[in-house]
Amino acid sequence: MSASDPGQVLLSARDLSLRFGGVLAVNNVSFDVRPGEVFTLIGPNGAGKTTVFNLISRIYTPSAGEIRFEGESLTAMAPHQIASLGIARTFQNIELFEHATVLQNLLIGRHRHRQHPLWREVLFTRKVRASERATREKVEQVIDILDLQHYRDTMVAGLPYGVRKVVELGRALATEPRLLLLDEPSSGLNVEETGDMAFWIEDIRQDLGVTVLMVEHDMTLVSKVSDRVLAMNQGEVLALGTPAQVQSHPGVIEAYLGQAGDAASLRRETLSCARELG
Amino acid sequence: MRFIFKTSYDQDIALAKHRGHVFWYGLLVALLFAAPWLVAEYWLSQLTFILIYGIVGLGLMLLAGFTGLFSIGHAAFLGVGAYTEAVLGGMGWPFPLSLACAMGLSAAVGVVVGLPALRVKGIYLGIATLAFGFIVEEVLARWEHVTGGNAGLSVKAVNLFGWKLGSGADFYLLCLVLAIAATLVILNLLRSPTGRAFVAIRDSEISAQSIGIHLARYKSLSFALSAAFTGLGGALYAHKISFLSPDQFGIVQSIDLLLMVVIGGLGSVHGAFLGAAFLIAMPQLIAVGKDFLPPAIGQAAGLQGVVYGAALIGFVLFEPMGLYGRWLKMRTWLQLAPFYRKGLFKRQKSFQKSERLR
Repeated sequence: MSASDPGQVLLSARDLSLRFGGVLAVNNVSFDVRPGEVFTLIGPNGAGKTTVFNLISRIYTPSAGEIRFEGESLTAMAPHQIASLGIARTFQNIELFEHATVLQNLLIGRHRHRQHPLWREVLFTRKVRASERATREKVEQVIDILDLQHYRDTMVAGLPYGVRKVVELGRALATEPRLLLLDEPSSGLNVEETGDMAFWIEDIRQDLGVTVLMVEHDMTLVSKVSDRVLAMNQGEVLALGTPAQVQSHPGVIEAYLGQAGDAASLRRETLSCARELG
Repeated sequence: MRFIFKTSYDQDIALAKHRGHVFWYGLLVALLFAAPWLVAEYWLSQLTFILIYGIVGLGLMLLAGFTGLFSIGHAAFLGVGAYTEAVLGGMGWPFPLSLACAMGLSAAVGVVVGLPALRVKGIYLGIATLAFGFIVEEVLARWEHVTGGNAGLSVKAVNLFGWKLGSGADFYLLCLVLAIAATLVILNLLRSPTGRAFVAIRDSEISAQSIGIHLARYKSLSFALSAAFTGLGGALYAHKISFLSPDQFGIVQSIDLLLMVVIGGLGSVHGAFLGAAFLIAMPQLIAVGKDFLPPAIGQAAGLQGVVYGAALIGFVLFEPMGLYGRWLKMRTWLQLAPFYRKGLFKRQKSFQKSERLR
């Protein structure tokens, strides 16, 4: 699994905190993502996983701490500059361009590779035409990888949920990222589609050499594809390690299932209820 | 039913998708160029107005239909273009130069008006542009030694390096050439990264940003381009109408322009021209219809407003894609008959849309 080199760091978060008024959404979170690995954030709802994503893509500004991508600090950058560094993302609730075709969505994904000044585009000179062809070729590669040929000219507004999820992944891939942020890639997908998603994440990492940072709830998918897992709860880091290590970590089990005592008391209550009813 | 067999990416890049396009649009352009010899002067004048409003419609379509920013003060740009052209033309500047200035000044004003668009959205942007419209109307009325104030300003004929174009066939052909050029510019923009960035901003700002689109820059650009097109339309309007007064560029004109793009069909280039045709044809139809109505209704003062309003409500309720959408449906019906399904154009409601990040 691990093609990653522990010595190198692609993205590093140091002592990251974000405060919304009285709520500490992210508290003192630090982690390193190594080039070539699949790094997963897990945790119960409201743990602050998506917030970490939003901090990386500069939708939020951290109250304290720093994020560096290949040594460059992201904190000083504007949100639109993140993509040009080679960081692409998907969204938990799918943010596609609804009134455009799948092909157009993927073409928009190539925005950071545009080359020509406005006047050339207005005249649609030969150079613009040539780069449009090249853009299309790159997009077709993504279409091939994700098997989207059938939907190329379909409007996104009419697509089923599972396909939209793939289109969004495709749009992120079309930017040619070095780091791909996937926010719950399997949410809303059926078992078969989740299986496809796992294959694609593997392919993206192995064939395209893209590092993946993802938030995911489906533990089967997580243990299948991730090299390392970071568990969070209420904005704080609980555990970091291989999927197996994290899953057996007592703190993580407690965050998901509660303490052993809680379960016991719950059982007693249920029993007494049952007795009263019975 | 036509099936297009695609063998190269150029087929998707080309403006004409198949031979039918080449034939029909070629025929349309040929007929339009032949119009001065085919139709009477009155109808030629109406066609000129459709072309002028079509250019303005393209501008507003770029902003409202493709970038998703609504402006309820677009008549102000029309006014800026018209007055710039009238004043500079009056000073004897050659037409291409004064036209470029009219477009440039409108674009500059557009950028200034676009500044609130970087912060406010939807109805609030509408209010900001509405306020701007009133400011410009007021400036046109008060800045008397330049604009002539409410007394008005008469406009000289087009001076194309000594060749004077009246308001007849020559001027019509000038408008036609400019309208075709404007359409090509819009079409080229839409098939290149800039146009796609506009569409991205319209559909989801958050993901447009995450893909690397500089929202502020592209929104300003959209405002500037839209204002420049509207300024171009304004300059031609000035020559066509040959007498300017501030009340031509008020709120009613702005609403007419917005009505034009909505009824034409938001998000389609055809829609700009179809809407313009609607806007110009409607008063004629109303005038004809008046005679058949009982005098109490037919002679009522606000009849035109009522008809426009009813048409707008009707379109918003029953045909949100506008006249162009209606045409698409008719064409599909003809192509597929007898297999046309009623729900063919019905958009699937998107489920799973929770609140967006701002």
